[in-house]
Amino acid sequence: MSLQSLDIKRRSATTTPPPQVRSPQSGDVAKLIDVSKCIGCKACQTACMEWNDLRQEPGENHGVYDNPNDLTENAWTVMRFTEYENEDSGNLEWLIRKDGCMHCEDPGCLKACPSPGAIVQYTNGIVDFHEENCIGCGYCVTGCPFNVPRISKKDNKAYKCTLCSDRVAVGQEPACVKTCPTGAIVFGTKKAMKDHADERIADLKERGFAQAGLYDPAGVGGTHVMYVLHHADKPGLYAGLPKEPKISPMVALWKGMSKPLAVAALGVAAVGSLFHYITKGPNDVSKELEDEMERKDREALAAADADKENVR
Amino acid sequence: MNRNPRDLQRYNASERANHWIVGICFILLVLSGLAFFHPAFFPLVHLFGGGPWTRILHPYVGLVMMFFFIMMFFRFWRLNMIEKRDVEWLKNVNKMVDGNDHDMPEQGKYNGGQKVLFWGLVAGMLAITASGVFMWRAWWTPPITVVRIASVVHAAAGVWMIGLIIMHVYAAIWTRGTIRAMLYGTVTRAWAKQHHRGWYRKMTGDNS
Repeated sequence: MSLQSLDIKRRSATTTPPPQVRSPQSGDVAKLIDVSKCIGCKACQTACMEWNDLRQEPGENHGVYDNPNDLTENAWTVMRFTEYENEDSGNLEWLIRKDGCMHCEDPGCLKACPSPGAIVQYTNGIVDFHEENCIGCGYCVTGCPFNVPRISKKDNKAYKCTLCSDRVAVGQEPACVKTCPTGAIVFGTKKAMKDHADERIADLKERGFAQAGLYDPAGVGGTHVMYVLHHADKPGLYAGLPKEPKISPMVALWKGMSKPLAVAALGVAAVGSLFHYITKGPNDVSKELEDEMERKDREALAAADADKENVR
Repeated sequence: MNRNPRDLQRYNASERANHWIVGICFILLVLSGLAFFHPAFFPLVHLFGGGPWTRILHPYVGLVMMFFFIMMFFRFWRLNMIEKRDVEWLKNVNKMVDGNDHDMPEQGKYNGGQKVLFWGLVAGMLAITASGVFMWRAWWTPPITVVRIASVVHAAAGVWMIGLIIMHVYAAIWTRGTIRAMLYGTVTRAWAKQHHRGWYRKMTGDNS
């Protein structure tokens, strides 16, 4: 979404704090997706396309209900369908997870982004891409623990779910939430969503899903998109939802303290060279050698003249 | 330039041009690469027409540099094989750094430090080019774990090479009479005898 209707808490490739005086007094926001209530109607996908003016070309059928098959720069959310044979209950379970940006509290994309202000996190917790600042390097893809950002082939900019930050900024819920016919997607303050999830989880446990629980992974500081899962002990069942997502240690190393330290070391090398020069002086040719060579030059010249004389 | 006809030719025109192409590419790559290395250097993108242009150009300049670096490698690798006298030189490098190179072991066209630098740059070029290919999303999408490792290797190799080139440039400035070898190819006989006596003997037949 474009600049700037919400206060910014964190800004990519920026080492000084953004304005911080204002903060949402009612707390940050979250979207809660109750997988147990989802009927897989894809109304949320449609609402997302409508509100954001996106049209993904229908892909090919690969034998599953997913359409499109993956997130794209035009499809910021995709229903992922899994047929799970539960051996404990003997049931075939149709697990449907609405995939998209999780809006991590500690966003790997923002950490990796080299372009100032191309990725921001608002004070309400939403992580947003400001494509006008995006340079198309793909570092956000490298940084994301959930494989969410997609680079457009048309403009080489990165796109993903904005959590409808433009709607949220004016007090509306995201488009997918507004359209969901079963109430599987709800939106509010993070605290309210956790309270709501607790009720849902208690209900699911009563219905025999002993492992029901909330997906709000601590490894990325919690997320502003959370799931209620019937099998919270096995999130991988839901089309490979990572069990303990966190920013890859490679990305942490790449974007951590190592870089300022490396810059300092190079600076020391450059300035150290200057001070070496002015303390030790240049590595010059000795006067003795220069004199020797001047003498040899003269001798060579005299010999050449003598040769000419002889020829004549 | 031929100030003194008895000056010794250290590099021919083709070798000089090759070195300058690599050098210019290196400077462009450092400026554009640092822009993405740390936010403090991001304003350098304006030298290249903005962030997207810098992102587009950097890998192509890298390919040009790799091509000419390989050419330079085949020109010079034999001269950079490390010999026994180089090891002796390296053991005494602290004297050299202290500014007193008069009783350093005799050296051929390159001294031990130059040879170590050469192989350090070869290793750096291999690492930085290979990792760069995996970060270049314009043409393909490698597995994410590979991209993450490549990103770390690319940054580390960049720092490694910038460090080596700071040494390389400073050594050329510090050792007076060296830069001209890169500009017009010749050095004085006195320079050669002082810094590369073995090479001086070979070039002149003067065994004094």
